Amino acid sequence: MINKPEKVLIIGSGPIIIGQAAEFDYAGTQACKAMREEGVISVLVNSNPATIMTDEDIADKVYVEPLTVEMLTRIIEKERPDGLIPTLGGQTGLNLAVALADAGVLEKYNVKVLGTSIETIRTAEDRELFKNLLISIGEHVPPSATVNTIEDARSVAREIGLPVVVRPSFTLGGTGGGMAHTWEELDSIASGGLMASPTHQVLIERSVAGWKEIEYEAMRDAADTCIAICNMENIDPVGVHTGDSIVVAPSQTLTNKECQMLRTASFKIIRALKIEGGCNIQFALNPQSNEYVVIEVNPRLSRSSALASKATGYPIARVAAKIAIGRRLDEITNAVTGKTRASFEPALDYLVVKIPRWPFDKFASGDRLLGTQMKATGEVMAIDRSFEAALGKAVRSLEFGKKTLLWEDPKWTESSPPDFPMEPTDLRLWSIMAALRRGASPESIAQKTKIDLWFLNKMRNIVNMEKRLLSEPLSSELMLSAKRIGFSDVMLGTLADRLPEQVRQMRREWGIRPVYKMVDTCAAEFDAATSYFYSTYEAENETVTSLGKKALVIGSGPIRIAQGIEFDYCSVHASWALQKAGYQSVMANSNPETVSTDFDTSTRLYFEALDQESIRDILENEAAGEDGEIPCSIVQFGGQTAINLAEPLHRAGMPIIGSSSETIDMTEDRGRFEAFLAGLGIPQAPCAAVSSIDEALNVSKLIGYPLVVRPSYVLGGRAMEVVHDESELARYMKTAVELDTGRRILIDKYLQGKECEVDAVADGETVFIPGIMEHIERAGVHSGDSMAVYPPQNLSQAEIAAIVDYSVRIGIGLGVKGLMNVQFVVVKQDGESKIYVLEVNQRSSRTIPFISKVTGVPMVDLAVGVMLGRSLKEHGYVSGLYPARDLVAIKAPVFSMSKLTGVDTYLGPEMKSTGEVMGLDHNFEAALGKALAAAGMMLPHKGKLLLSIADRDKPEALPVIRRLYARGYSFFATEGTAAMIEAAGMPVKVITKKLAEGHPNVLDVIRDGTVDGVLNTVTGVRAALRDGFEIRRAAAEKRVPCFTSLDTAAALADVLADGSQSFSVKTLAEYRKDESMA
Amino acid sequence: MIKRAILMLQDGSIYEGESFGADCDAVGEVVFNTSMAGYQEMLTDPSYAGQIVIPTYPLIGNYGINEIDAESSRIQVRGFVVRENCVEPSHYLSRQPIGDYLAGAGVPGIVGLDTRAITRKLRDCGVMMGVLTSTRTPQEAAEILANAPGYDTIDLARGVSTGEPYELNPEDGESRRNIVVVDYGCKYNVLRILRSLGCNIRVVPCTTSAKDILAYKPDGVLLSPGPGNPELLDYAVYAIRGLIGFVPIMGICMGNHLVARAFGGRNFKLKFGHRGGNQPVKDLATGHIYITAQNHGYIVDPDGIGDGLEVSHVNLNDDTVEGLRHKDLPIFTIQYHSEASSGPLDALYLFNQFMQMVDKEKK
Repeated sequence: MINKPEKVLIIGSGPIIIGQAAEFDYAGTQACKAMREEGVISVLVNSNPATIMTDEDIADKVYVEPLTVEMLTRIIEKERPDGLIPTLGGQTGLNLAVALADAGVLEKYNVKVLGTSIETIRTAEDRELFKNLLISIGEHVPPSATVNTIEDARSVAREIGLPVVVRPSFTLGGTGGGMAHTWEELDSIASGGLMASPTHQVLIERSVAGWKEIEYEAMRDAADTCIAICNMENIDPVGVHTGDSIVVAPSQTLTNKECQMLRTASFKIIRALKIEGGCNIQFALNPQSNEYVVIEVNPRLSRSSALASKATGYPIARVAAKIAIGRRLDEITNAVTGKTRASFEPALDYLVVKIPRWPFDKFASGDRLLGTQMKATGEVMAIDRSFEAALGKAVRSLEFGKKTLLWEDPKWTESSPPDFPMEPTDLRLWSIMAALRRGASPESIAQKTKIDLWFLNKMRNIVNMEKRLLSEPLSSELMLSAKRIGFSDVMLGTLADRLPEQVRQMRREWGIRPVYKMVDTCAAEFDAATSYFYSTYEAENETVTSLGKKALVIGSGPIRIAQGIEFDYCSVHASWALQKAGYQSVMANSNPETVSTDFDTSTRLYFEALDQESIRDILENEAAGEDGEIPCSIVQFGGQTAINLAEPLHRAGMPIIGSSSETIDMTEDRGRFEAFLAGLGIPQAPCAAVSSIDEALNVSKLIGYPLVVRPSYVLGGRAMEVVHDESELARYMKTAVELDTGRRILIDKYLQGKECEVDAVADGETVFIPGIMEHIERAGVHSGDSMAVYPPQNLSQAEIAAIVDYSVRIGIGLGVKGLMNVQFVVVKQDGESKIYVLEVNQRSSRTIPFISKVTGVPMVDLAVGVMLGRSLKEHGYVSGLYPARDLVAIKAPVFSMSKLTGVDTYLGPEMKSTGEVMGLDHNFEAALGKALAAAGMMLPHKGKLLLSIADRDKPEALPVIRRLYARGYSFFATEGTAAMIEAAGMPVKVITKKLAEGHPNVLDVIRDGTVDGVLNTVTGVRAALRDGFEIRRAAAEKRVPCFTSLDTAAALADVLADGSQSFSVKTLAEYRKDESMA
Repeated sequence: MIKRAILMLQDGSIYEGESFGADCDAVGEVVFNTSMAGYQEMLTDPSYAGQIVIPTYPLIGNYGINEIDAESSRIQVRGFVVRENCVEPSHYLSRQPIGDYLAGAGVPGIVGLDTRAITRKLRDCGVMMGVLTSTRTPQEAAEILANAPGYDTIDLARGVSTGEPYELNPEDGESRRNIVVVDYGCKYNVLRILRSLGCNIRVVPCTTSAKDILAYKPDGVLLSPGPGNPELLDYAVYAIRGLIGFVPIMGICMGNHLVARAFGGRNFKLKFGHRGGNQPVKDLATGHIYITAQNHGYIVDPDGIGDGLEVSHVNLNDDTVEGLRHKDLPIFTIQYHSEASSGPLDALYLFNQFMQMVDKEKK
């Protein structure tokens, strides 16, 4: 038989950032499970605690440690794996594997690279080597050259002719690249690209913008069998990063000959690269001929392979991992059919549409133009039997509040001739719809956008149906036709002048309900064993209603800022907990990147939009028999998406287990919440809810500045701000009133103090608290953007006791059943400390995976147990705080700011981070050091810092600066800050922040690499924000750590004393066990 | 104007949709094909003669009908059953929408029905006869069905084979081999490939005798694919027996069935056949796996492959026989479509093997 390795090292992809999201949790999790099936021990390293792959049930040895060469070397030294799979952790994993090979570590410890070799990675990643390889096998590439300087970039561009594409080597998500139409653009993009590339290399390439962009997902095993899992067609033609493109699978506008031509080319490439595993190949195909060029190859699992996996049902990561340890495709069973083998190509009898989820709803100032730099944080996928329906469902899945396909920007008023913004932005789909509505021809739009006419004709079909619904009486025939091309009840209601509930009622009367069809990899050719379904309006329903106990877990939809992978972690655990309890777990989610949408996570998976209509349809479908009982839903784990469904489900008479919608409303409605806390005698920041500017100004006089202002029903502190005076308040009210629809604006006293939070599980009688987390940044920085430490380092016994007491009383008072997160602020006044409650959320919080992992308390399992009627007492838990483990764990946020031009990076009440890492050790300094290293925020030893401190913060900043000085740091500072430093007797170089007044200015010292870090605090005043904005952007783009909170900087000063040599290297279990032995 | 149409299966089940293409009735064996592209090849593949075809992929006609994708001179299917037909195709090669193409050829289509439901029915119950009509009542349709001859009882090859022999020159004009192609329902792509490999081709009717074939002094004979029940083609079996030992033979699909019979083997019918572009086949000589284009309802009985033959290829989905090789003579056959069109090009290497075999015998 095959010569399998005994122990394999798997490198995860680290924190979620733009370009590297949950898809690698899916990949790593499937790979670890595959290793277990094969009897191979898996050693998993990932700094991201919010992942399923770092669960101890998934991998055999779990290291939550920074993904650095140094730490990996020590793990290899300790574990002595005989193999390493480099292709599962995205670009991060690939780059680390190469770095480990370069450092001689793999050779020294005799670690074999499995699947795809280092040589292959180098060839695929080095643009020049790769181009030569392609040419040698007769494949087509656009004329291009790799350059290391701006001068060379210009001379190459002169030969090729503008426009050209600039692609930096070894970066993910196309970071730092772009299309240059002019010489000025070339200079600026090429210099950015050279900076972004770790090898200071960029490729200058002929532009094939406007060609069809087609992707192939190919697999190859050691016996040279090649298969194509599927192909995908980007609706947005070449020019927009595939991660930012709307994509369909399979391709729609290619003939069989074109498909086979590209498939054959894919196999030539995967063979030439000798890849053993999965590979993604991107082509540009001339829409007017059969000419094509290869744009890019990813010799690893990717976002596209996760999408292909969910689009086809073929478990690419599982199979790739098995190939890596030597299995042949024909030796691996097709787990979906349970009968056929992995050596086949999936046949689809539906199509999928993927739409990226962009963060511009949070970053209104961000540059919305899409290009070769990816900007989306996540994506949704929808499956249906027509393009129109899949598109409509995908738009619903985006969860853009009220933004259905009917949405139009109020600015789009022109009627004739229609002239809408057609450049690629996140809003282009809606803009096209608006233009079509006003009579623009699909042909004219195709000409402007280069989007294939086929897609535009389909969009015009949708517009035609809108017109029918506006003008014709709503008959059952018309409704069925509309449902078949994806009109939601909400859209139908809007157009036919009915309430969505009335539409639903009419549907019921007319018997118009969706059926569910299976994703089976084989277009029904074989009877499949899995249960992965999508809805469609057709004749035959394939779900066999199964009797027995079951519950629906509502997932969290696309990854977006403030709703990340942690909620998928919780959803997956909820599904597993249900199954353990003997229940059928039914999962609903719309995100193709996740573990929750894996075919084998739940008893049944519905790949659907997470809105009222789909969830109710699913529940009705799951009801056994005609008058069957509607199964219970669990809304606590899918973030705000799921919790928002509690109330509508309750109203529809559909049961929810866990905290009731009534209790949830008690904490989500600020007015009711205030009354509740007052009733318990628990202090809360003085607050009020207002709906006009005058009202706000009056209230502010009573409460006193500074104030925190936000709309009610918040998600991740959206549109939240701290205001310091009347003018700021008035300005906020003006814009916020426009943003929010109908809901009132909440005004809280801003309490300057130490923020803490508690995750608890409660059953109505017992409130069990696994641990308290203390924030490093003071209140005012969104909790999702704060560093948090477990156990608390600076709280007194009395403070801890009060926090526990309040939490228990709140949990019992509300009757919480399941999870609860409480946020506190500890305010010290005249030596006394007073604890205020900021917020209570009766749902899984962002920190559930973190606290579960560090304390070993399976929070989600306990919560599901409670929901199913098992008390905490039965589990052996009593009210109160679990004894703290002898370890220190720090959660640090990670941002994707370098990718979002135009977005300010300063930390405030609006959440901005895309992911998180955990630093874990036995003392605070080491844990913090690891967290900073994992987050890419660590400063080099004795480096140079640029300081620009707001006047208000100067007194507080001085001791921090002194400590940094003592550690050997030297300073550059803006005028005022420099004066303060000088006055304190420390040397400093003054750098002007007035950009017009000569060089070097603050931006120069950042951009030319003079400084290694930036400390910049701001007042809430707009002018100050603008002032520092350029500094912070320059730091983000140059990837220089930039601290905007003094608290973070103070923590940093502490840790710098400590070298990384003192870091421990242990598995999660070892960290926890150490304490029990102590 | 919307016109209702029905597809009625032999077991009485009725599926309603709208008529497209020609407005007439069609009777035939109802089969499904799982390819996601290549509908024009599917429509014009003579091996679909006598059949009503359901592509399982729901969106059909997206890139229109062009001048290069036809696999024979006309539409061969009896009827076409699709979830959605594209009325506004988009492709630089497109000349007309699929509906016009069917209408022009007098072939009826039906659109808008749950093709996956029908596929599941056929998968579970096996393929069966069906009638497609926009004018008849269900009762009339049932009557038509009852009176129609069964698919398995008709010699369909005779209906699609060329009436007269004809000659094709190699692509580059330089003839390196003379190949006779016996046309049981040959696809253009077999001929295109042979021409590209420097073959001078003589295509002869399926009823041509061994003597007449050998009279062309061929360097090799290719027995083409074709539709229908191979057990009905005794004349072809006799002809092939007369060729054995005199000339190298490659058989594709129908050719495979007939060679098996010529050596005393048997064929039997599969429940619902193999039709699509994703079937994994293992070449037992090398262990290599190829993804192949397939279109067959019959297979060679593994317990009766014919004397002197051995199994050379197997299907990895169901372990059925996908190819035969003679132990001593220069004869090999495959059940699937090395010429692809539609489908993957993985098996093109077999034509090269045929050329090598021919060249070796020529010396």
